[in-house]
Order: sequence, then C-alpha cells, then structure tokens
Amino acid sequence: MSLKERLLLDAKNQEEKEERRFYTLGLVLSIVLTVASFGSVMTGLVPHSWAFPVLAILALAQIIVHLRIFLHIDLTRQKREDLQLLLFTVLLLGIMAFGTLWILADLQARMM
Amino acid sequence: MSEENVHPGMNLGYHGGEHEAEVKVFGFWAFLMSDLVTFGIVFAVFGTMVTATAGGPGPEEVTNLHSVAIQTALLLGSSFGFSWASLSMKYHPGQRWRTLGWLAVAATSALCFLIVELIDFHHWTTIGAVPQRSGYLSALWALVGLHGLHVAGGLLWMAAMTGQILVFGLTDDIKSRVTRMGLYWHFLDVVWVGIFSMVFLAGVA
Amino acid sequence: MNGLFGRLAWSDLKLFETFMHGVSIDTLVAAGAAWMVVLGGVALAAWLTWARLWGPLWRDWLTSVDHKKIGIMYIVLGFVMMARGVAEGVVMRTHQATAYQGGVLSEEHWAELFSTHGTIMIFFVAMPFITGFINYLVPLQIGARDMAFPMLNQISLGLTATGAALTMISLVVGIFETGGWTAYPPFTGADFDPGPGPDYWVWAILLSGFGSMFSGINFAVTIYKMRAPGMTYMRMPVFTWTALCTSILLTFALPPLTVACLMQALDRYLGFHFFTNDQGGNMMNYANLFWMFGHPEVYILILPAFGIFSELTSTFAAKRLYGYTSLVLATMAIAVISFCVWLHHFFTMGNSATVNAAFGIATMLIAIPTGVKVYVWMATLWGGRIRFLTPMVYMTGFFIMFVIGGLSGIILANPAINWQVHNTQFIVAHFHNVLLPGTLFGILAGVHIWFPKAFGFRLDERAGRITAYLWIAGFSLTFLPLYIVGLMGYPRRSAAWDDPTFLPYMIVCMIGAILLAAAFTGLFVTLWISVRNRASLAVPMGDPWDGRTLEWATPAPPPHWNFATIPSIAERDAFAREKAEGRPYVIPAQYRDIHLPPDTPAGMIVFLTTTAFGFAATWWIWWLAILAAVVLVGWVVVHSFRNHPEVVIPAVEVKRVNNAWIEAIELAQGGITRDDEDTPRNRGYAATDMMVAS
Repeated sequence: MSLKERLLLDAKNQEEKEERRFYTLGLVLSIVLTVASFGSVMTGLVPHSWAFPVLAILALAQIIVHLRIFLHIDLTRQKREDLQLLLFTVLLLGIMAFGTLWILADLQARMM
Repeated sequence: MSEENVHPGMNLGYHGGEHEAEVKVFGFWAFLMSDLVTFGIVFAVFGTMVTATAGGPGPEEVTNLHSVAIQTALLLGSSFGFSWASLSMKYHPGQRWRTLGWLAVAATSALCFLIVELIDFHHWTTIGAVPQRSGYLSALWALVGLHGLHVAGGLLWMAAMTGQILVFGLTDDIKSRVTRMGLYWHFLDVVWVGIFSMVFLAGVA
Repeated sequence: MNGLFGRLAWSDLKLFETFMHGVSIDTLVAAGAAWMVVLGGVALAAWLTWARLWGPLWRDWLTSVDHKKIGIMYIVLGFVMMARGVAEGVVMRTHQATAYQGGVLSEEHWAELFSTHGTIMIFFVAMPFITGFINYLVPLQIGARDMAFPMLNQISLGLTATGAALTMISLVVGIFETGGWTAYPPFTGADFDPGPGPDYWVWAILLSGFGSMFSGINFAVTIYKMRAPGMTYMRMPVFTWTALCTSILLTFALPPLTVACLMQALDRYLGFHFFTNDQGGNMMNYANLFWMFGHPEVYILILPAFGIFSELTSTFAAKRLYGYTSLVLATMAIAVISFCVWLHHFFTMGNSATVNAAFGIATMLIAIPTGVKVYVWMATLWGGRIRFLTPMVYMTGFFIMFVIGGLSGIILANPAINWQVHNTQFIVAHFHNVLLPGTLFGILAGVHIWFPKAFGFRLDERAGRITAYLWIAGFSLTFLPLYIVGLMGYPRRSAAWDDPTFLPYMIVCMIGAILLAAAFTGLFVTLWISVRNRASLAVPMGDPWDGRTLEWATPAPPPHWNFATIPSIAERDAFAREKAEGRPYVIPAQYRDIHLPPDTPAGMIVFLTTTAFGFAATWWIWWLAILAAVVLVGWVVVHSFRNHPEVVIPAVEVKRVNNAWIEAIELAQGGITRDDEDTPRNRGYAATDMMVAS
C-alpha cells in the first residue's frame, strides 16, 4: 500500500469515526429531550398551565436536532436550497395551520 | 461539481451520476415537504377537534404513556439503525451484509413499533374509543393511523430495497435509492416527535 | 345485486333512462349524454382499428416519456373534457332561460350538471391545459432535454386521466355528485347522500390530485436543477417563471385538498366524524380545508396564462418585455399571498369581523401585484410594432374583460359587500369573468402561438380570428348579464327562479352560450382548415413569429432530443440576442451522443389500475379495488428490480437532422418580415431587424 493510499484510508477512517460520533450525539440529545418531555408530564413537576409551551419547545428542539444531525440540514452553501425549501414549507404550513386554528376557534367562540 | 455538493450518505466518486442523484434527492425533498404539509394540516385539524369528544373517551382515556414511550424508543432506535446502515453503505460499500444487517435492525425495530401501536389501537377499540364515536377520536385515529401507514409503507420499501441490494449490490443507483429512503425514514421520526408531544403528552398534561 | 358487482345495479345504467323514467327532455338529455360517451368511445376504437393506429398510438404516444408528447396529450385531454363542459354549459343556460317557476331539467339533474361542469372545467380542462403547456414549453425554454423525472411525468398524466375517466364513467353508470364542484358536506355526507355521486367525486379528485402534486414537484425540480449553463434565475423566460410559481403552488396547495378528500372518504366509508352534523364533526372545517387549496388553485390556473400573455406581448410588439424584474417579483408575491386569502370564499360562514377584515385586506393586497402585471403589459405594447394576429385578438379581449373581472373581485374582497352578493349569480359572473378571459383566452392564444412549433404548420388566421371574436362576444353575452341578475338577487345554483324581470337577461345568456358553443366548434373548424392547408401554412424552420426565447431556436416540430447541443445562455431572451448579433443557427463544432430516458408503460398501468380502483371503491366492488391496488404496488416493486437502459441517439443521427435543418435555413431566400407573418411566405425563418435593414 503506497503512502498516499494509506493516508487516504486514514482520512476515511477518521471521517467515519467523526460521523459516528455525530450520529451518536444526535441519539443522546434525542433521548435527553424525549425523557425531558415525558418527565415533565409524568412527574408533574411542570405546572399545568406551563405544560403546553414546555412540550412545544422541547419538541421543536428535538425536531431541530433531527434535522441537523439525521437529515443533514445545515447552513453551508450546498444545503442552502434544502434549507430554503424547508423554511418556505414551514412558512406556508404556519400560515395554513395557524389560519385553521384561528378560523375554527373563532367560529367555535361565536357559537357558544 | 465537487464531492461536497453531493448529499450525505453518498460517495459516488467523480465518474458521473452525481448530478442525477442530486436531482433525485432534491425532488424527494420536495415530495417530503409536500407530505409535511399534509401531516401539518392533519395536525391542525386534530387541534380543532381536541375538545370534540362528544361525551366519549377523551385524551385521558386513550393515552397510555408507557406504550407511547416504548413506541418512541423503538422508532428512534429504528431511525438510528438506519443512520448506521447509511454509514456502512458510505464507508464499506464492499460489505453489503453490513448495510443489510443495519437495515434489518431498523426494520425490526419499526416492525415492533407497529405491533405496539396496533396493540394500542386494539385497546382503544375495547374501551369504545373507536373513530366512529366522536370527532376527537376520528382525528386521533386519522393522524396516528396516517403516520402508522407511512411506517408500514416504509417497511415495504425497505423489504424491496433489501431485495435490490441482494440482486444489484451497492451500485450508484441503489445508493441513491437508499439515501432517499433514509430521508423518508428520519422524516417519519420527526413527525412522530410532533405526535408524541402534541397529541399524547399535551393531551394528558 | 350480489357481491361480485358491489352495489351496482342494472338500473344504474343511464343508457336506458328514457325506458325507466319515461321520455322527457330531462331523461333524453341524460340518456343522450350516456350514449354519446359510449358511441364516441366505440367510434374512436373502431376508427383506430380501421386505420391500424393502435400500435403507433401505444408506441409513439401512450408509452412515450417525451415531455412534448405528454404536453400535447394533456392538451388533447383538456379539449375532450372541454367538449363535455361546454355542452353542459349550453344545457344549463337553456334550462335557466326556461326556469321561470320550473325548467326543462329535473332538479337533481340540474344539480348534477352544475357540479360536473365546475369539476370538469377546473380539474380536467383548465388543469390539463396548464400542465400541458408547462410540459411542452419549460424544458424547451430552459434548454433541457426533458423533465427531471420523465417517468413520473407520464404517471402524472395517467392519474389526471384517471380523474377525467371517472367523471366520464359517471355519465354512463350511476350519477355524479350533486353538491357543486366544492362538494360541501354534510350535503355530500353519507347521511344526506349515501349514493355513488360523492364517491365518484372523491376518487376523481383525490387520484388526479396526486397527479397534480407530482407534476408540481417535477416542474419545480426541473426548473431548479435542469437549466442550461448560463441561464440564471433572472434570465429565465417569464413563462418559466410563472411555471415555477405554479409548480410551487401545486406542491403545497394540493395537500389540503388531499386531506379534505381523505377525511370525506373516511366519513363516508368508515363512519368517521370529521364533517358530519353530529358527534363533534364540524363541516365548516371542510370549507376551510377546501379553500386552503381552492384559492391557490385559482393562481395555479391564472399564473401560466399571465406567462403566456407576457411572452405574447413582447413577441407580437417586437420589444423586450418592459419591467421584467417587477413582473417576476409580482408573480412571486402573488404566489405567496395566494396562501393568505382563502377565507374570502366563506366570509358569510360566521367568522368575527376581525377575521373577515384580515382576510379581506389580504385579498385586496393581491390586487397590487396583479395590477403591476397589467401595467407591465401595457408598457410593453406601448410604442411596439404590434402585429394584430389571432393571439393579439385574445390579448385584447383579455385586457378589457380581465380588468372588469378583477375589479369585481376587489368589490367582493370587501366582506360587507360580499355578504350582500354572496351565493348569487354575481359570483358566477365574477369567476367566469376571470377564468375565461384569463386562463382560457391565455391558453387559446398560446395554442395559436405554439401550435406551429409543435406540429410544423400555422393555424389558419382568418378562422382563428373569427373564433377569437366569437369567444369574446359569447363570453360577454353569457356572463356580463349575470352581474346584473346577481345584484337583483338571483341565487346561484337554484333550479328555478320566480322574478319575471330576470327573463330577458337569461335569454341573452342563452344566446351567449350558443355563441360560446359556436366558438368552441370554431376551434375545430380552424384546426380542420389548417390541416387541409398545412402545406401552405408549413413553418419547418421553426421561428414563425420572430420569437425571443430558446424554444424558437429549434425546428418545428422539434426533434425528440430538443437541442442538438445544450445551448449556453448569456442574456435574457437568448434567441433574440443571437439573432440581433447575427449568429443564430450555428452548426456546432462537435456532436455528441444523446442519452434519453426509455419509453415505459408506467403511466398506462397507473391509469388502468387507479381507474379500476376508483370505480370499484365507488361501487363497493371490494375484490376489484384490492386487486387493482395489489397489481399497482406489485408492478412498482417488480419495475424497481429491472434495469432500464437509456436510449442512445448516435451523434451521426443528431448531426444529420440538425445539419439538414440549418442547411435548409441557409438555402432560404431571406427571412420573413414581421408584416408578412400571416402569408404563405412564412416558412418559419424570421428576418431580424438587421437583415431587413440591409
């Protein structure tokens, strides 16, 4: 095996190790956030009125972890099209979901 | 086009095919985003129907947090198993059994997820929490069921992929397909995060 | 009936309507329509057999993945379905003219007519037209050989055809849905309409909706990733821009419709309670979901027509488009704002003034970018050397009529006024006033412009112009009176009316509808005359209108591979620049082999299985539904295990075709000046200003 080949192989092994570490980090973060979510409800430590925002924030955090680590979305130039697509989707979905909740809640309130 | 431009999980080298693979992955992203909107709207409909229990079983009755926790762990495990399959495919394309083994781990885990979910569904029917009972239950079954159907479809896809790896080996084309399958699989886990947080945990909080 | 045919009974066959329910105009119309479908199908099959065209039809068209052929098939599908839509329109206007305390049709038949008319015109006429144009033009305009996903493209066509086929089948077997094209529950729910009608609707819309969503993804990815080198976003032709915005709308606006249809199906088949009256169901959510799709849909249909008008003004005024950047920004603004206005379709549902005002304001906002477009077109025409050919006739009609329709839209955006005219003929007048002069005139103008590109000969000018005037006159007579009767309080969709003062207006409407039918016939007369005179109308060199964009830099019709070598783009209006610099039609230094995707029966398999599935699900023939689903999934799995080698066109062949075309141009004795474009001297070789001057 020539020196060049060995160096390439070393670099590849190193890269693989780093990627494994990165995925494992994702797994750990996901577990921590999931445990926090379940814990906040099951232990009753979080007051009732706070439960929903706490759950929403934990879920959002975990979704970002998944997107970053498992789905490889980042801010580099190559992934920018994916990120733009994702953000645009979130914008439209936000409009539609928020609109639905707003409209239907308003209707319900007026039928009371 | 440099190699960094290519999507993760792919190591197709410089001998052509990257552009096509990238176009396919981008197209699959667009499909997933369309699917995300579908899920999001079903979520929104669920949100409008949380209170529409019509005197029937509500979130307290249908939520079994232990079961939900098991399902969450199984799906996360499956997602993680798939990551390891992607890494094997990327760094050890010569050893196809390594990739196949991790795919089998991911598939088994997901199959267990589906079984636990079906046990939950069965439990719901025994306590009268059938979708015909109320608007809330209709929305619950539709949302959780839509996700479950996606997982089931993914399993079918995984079975087909396993066969293709056995027939063709880890060719560029197959790698690109596995990559897309991976996006789909991780995407379903993201949706599940929304379901266990907003449907089950928020329902009983 | 036994389990073999589900709930299907002999009495569901409309062919024998006159025997079962007695002879009346109503049953004659129903039975006549059914026989027309059956006999039309039989006649077509007989002709194909007699002319031995089944083989060529299958090999050259149905299994082709060539985006140009798929585009043409979409447009043909649109015209076939339009024949039914126009016929229904004429029958409806006839009924309305006689509807003073009654009418010639039964109430249920009337309801079925306005439901199928709306469904067909939106989903199976306007949508195939738009998708067809995008298919044909976008790869040619961006310098690509095909779509990003050619097979998926064919599958989309198959799914669209499924929806169209189900609505046609409903004309012969059973009854279509009767709750309008929007199919609001609970009227269409299982409690009030357990019959097959709403099921036909659900499956037709759901399956064709998947096709539209796949089209959207395909077009968007094509435009994002397949542009020729040098074609930056701000160098794309305007039609491609509008196609991009439409594809984004298709990708993101179809999911709400899919969800609404699926939930409606769950309600109807499995007794869920999404939109029912009882057990916590909420039918208002259906209206919400439907219009979350429905409003972007309006822009899906109109944006590509705007694109056609933009290309048209700059080509036929022989000028660069004025305000390209503003036009692009306006298009994008419309695409995004169109997701924020859906509630204006149900201002009267009972929302608070705050909600109504918010959506009313958003609706008025959308008029601003639309207004920008109108000014852009006016400024482009200003000072141009306009040739008043058929497309310009449509453009003129569009200009005047569409502004009226747009203004009535602004009026409707005000919730207070909307409450007054809600559910009246005023609404019918408004949306026909934007859809006909907007989408339809755009499409017909587009047909006149690009028909020579697709088939190699121009359409007859005189017949085309008469037809265009017929469309404009017919439209005006049919729909403008509806504004007045709407303001007088005539509710839309009502089978009869009681106020005798409506009568003169309704007679004018009926005359207008007959003119529209004549205009529709005129299209085919134009085609007939043009085919007969195709030798003198031929434009084989491919540039009959002194075009500005890349698609004109190919022969007419273009070869399967579009471009012998992928062009390199240095400026907007790429072909116009090449001509201005005096270097169009250059023989490339070197030809390469061209790789093209292989033909596939995928689209037809999807079409047949999903049509069988939709029909079986409608009539509860479960074995057939399961069989169709298994065949489809099984075929997909089997297909993925096969290798599909690409078709290779050898460089020699490319060279032969391309050099022959360029040599023919070089042999031509000078090009055609703009003033002579409608004469037989037009062979598709345009004289640029420079050549004319020298």
